[in-house]
Amino acid sequence: MVDSHSNPLGSSPDEVQFRFRDDDPVDHAQVTVDAFLEQSNSSAVRLEPGDDTQALIPHLERIALVEVNFPSFGDGRGYSSARTLREAGYTGELRAVGDVLIDQLSNMRRCGFDSFAPEIRLDEADAQAAFDRWPQHYQAGADTRRTIAQLRHE
Amino acid sequence: MYKYDSYDQQMVDARVDEFRDQVERRLAGKLTEDQFKPLRLMNGLYLQLHAYMLRVAVPYGTLSGAQMHILADIADKYDRGYGHFTTRQNIQYNWIKLEDAPDLMADLAAVEMHAIQTSGNCIRNISSDHFAGAAADELVDPRPYAELLRQWSSFHPEFMYLPRKFKIAVIASDTDRAAMRLHDIGIQIVEQNGELGAAFYVGGGMGRTPMIAPRIRDFVPLDQLVTYSEACLRVYNRHGRRDNKYKARIKILVHEMGAEEYTRQVEEEFAHLLDEGIEPPLAELERIKTYFEDPAFEAGAKSIDRSDPDFALWVERNTVRHKHDSYVSAVISLKPVGGIPGDATSAQMHLMADLAAQYSFDECRVMHTQNIVLPHVKIADLHTLWTALHEAGLGEPNLDQVGDIIACPGLDYCSLANARSIPISQQISERFAANGKGDTLGELKLKISGCINACGHHHAGHIGILGVDKKGVENYQLLLGGSEAEDASLAKITGPGFNEAGIVDAVETTADVYLREREDGERFLDTYRRIGMAPFKEALYG
Repeated sequence: MVDSHSNPLGSSPDEVQFRFRDDDPVDHAQVTVDAFLEQSNSSAVRLEPGDDTQALIPHLERIALVEVNFPSFGDGRGYSSARTLREAGYTGELRAVGDVLIDQLSNMRRCGFDSFAPEIRLDEADAQAAFDRWPQHYQAGADTRRTIAQLRHE
Repeated sequence: MYKYDSYDQQMVDARVDEFRDQVERRLAGKLTEDQFKPLRLMNGLYLQLHAYMLRVAVPYGTLSGAQMHILADIADKYDRGYGHFTTRQNIQYNWIKLEDAPDLMADLAAVEMHAIQTSGNCIRNISSDHFAGAAADELVDPRPYAELLRQWSSFHPEFMYLPRKFKIAVIASDTDRAAMRLHDIGIQIVEQNGELGAAFYVGGGMGRTPMIAPRIRDFVPLDQLVTYSEACLRVYNRHGRRDNKYKARIKILVHEMGAEEYTRQVEEEFAHLLDEGIEPPLAELERIKTYFEDPAFEAGAKSIDRSDPDFALWVERNTVRHKHDSYVSAVISLKPVGGIPGDATSAQMHLMADLAAQYSFDECRVMHTQNIVLPHVKIADLHTLWTALHEAGLGEPNLDQVGDIIACPGLDYCSLANARSIPISQQISERFAANGKGDTLGELKLKISGCINACGHHHAGHIGILGVDKKGVENYQLLLGGSEAEDASLAKITGPGFNEAGIVDAVETTADVYLREREDGERFLDTYRRIGMAPFKEALYG
């Protein structure tokens, strides 16, 4: 695996493999949460698994890109980070980067990620199948899809 | 019993397709074993010492006769003609081929079953009281709440990669038959001012650091149950330790952070989530409840002819009071003397399925003690039922007796184990049957784990046994005084461990101290609590 510290500024728009947005990607470098909170006028932040997502909430209006790093696909903190940001009203780009694999795509999407920059490029057909896998959902997510329980009682 | 609608069926079918695709990608080399492992675990597939083991979910332990028949067929078709009922009310098969697993899951899906989230660092099968819907002492049937949580926890997008596995139990009576406080979340449905709600206990567990869960909230209204659960999980997912898998369970977080601070964060998250509208409509809970309405009980005989002493003993030990006075719940022991605790052959499963259809409204339950319950048996049918069980070797009258041992698969199957559990349990049950003492001991819960992970619940045994590896030799530690019930306590170690023959003697010595010291009506656990460890140590090591 690529050492995430060797690339502290995160992915570039060129590395984004899947993007579910129409606006133009942010073209300047992402900064760490600490740097962002201390001084930066950057509009792009990179969240590592141990970072305090909630610290960003007062500043969401000036953020256009949050990149959430998954150094290992088994570390699921980024899913909660994504939902926390979306629930707080964040509407900018939410990008999953790092060890992003086929079988996590659909859950990431439901947690509010709308762009994906996997460290290793994914098979397009497998990824499409993964995004389309689930016909319905039991849980409310970051999207506006109706849950199974809501559909049952319409 | 709960029945899938088209939505539930679509979800389980989609899961089968997804897993089939994952297996194909694994076999084609598109997924590494490291990438595939959590995926197969979330479908119940472990790689054990000799083969793949598949654990099938039995939500809150409830099964129809038709489902039990399929479990038997699976044992014949994909395994070696038997299965093993587990302490999480599930069943597992020991000799599965990876290539067969997708077809096996399709067979399960055809009878509204699955193996979803029976392993992995996610929310596991929800367990419950095995006498739910039948127990005379319950406030309500806890299973609708367990089913609501089953749906919420299945494929939860946020909680598939938690720091560690996560187990939830739901009960609805003051008597705890589900080891509720030894779960990551234990929920008790309670009544307050005429309203039903849920008391939440968080941070219990066994394993290498056993803890009894503290209660973090007395009352969560029923229309906030999912929201509160989500808040508990989110705080854990955010802060649970990921640096050390042995410290990753929520019990460690609650312990290190303190129950008060954990609760504060949960309440804060809960207040926020209430505004998010993630709770299913209350009508959904009402819909689920309709599946758990009482079957059509009929008034009938209320007394039992006990003239046959073998039958009378079984009735006394293996039947439990029912909320309807013409019925009992009957326990089918999977603990024959010298047998493997929790194992059942396909023929036995077929028989239990037939008996459930004939005598218990087509319903059976898996107990966490690895036995099977027929929850609603007419008193008038008991003798006929017992005769059929007795003839099939399933009539062992030993519920909660010393022979009713919980044992993990141990080193005979498990890749984590340090020592064998099954032969120890076999020798103990044989010893107490041969010397006749088994029948004099009354309630005595003996639980054996073959390693520190405590799948055999040894911390919660009145007598617990823990197998360890001592310089390459199996060694067994003896523990006394645990309980998984409403009087939950953790067993304490007696002293130095024993070898294989020594541990069987030590259990007998322990039982002898009880027989000598007990006062009227005392169970083993009561005597231990009154006299303490010293007399036992004296007899064992003195």
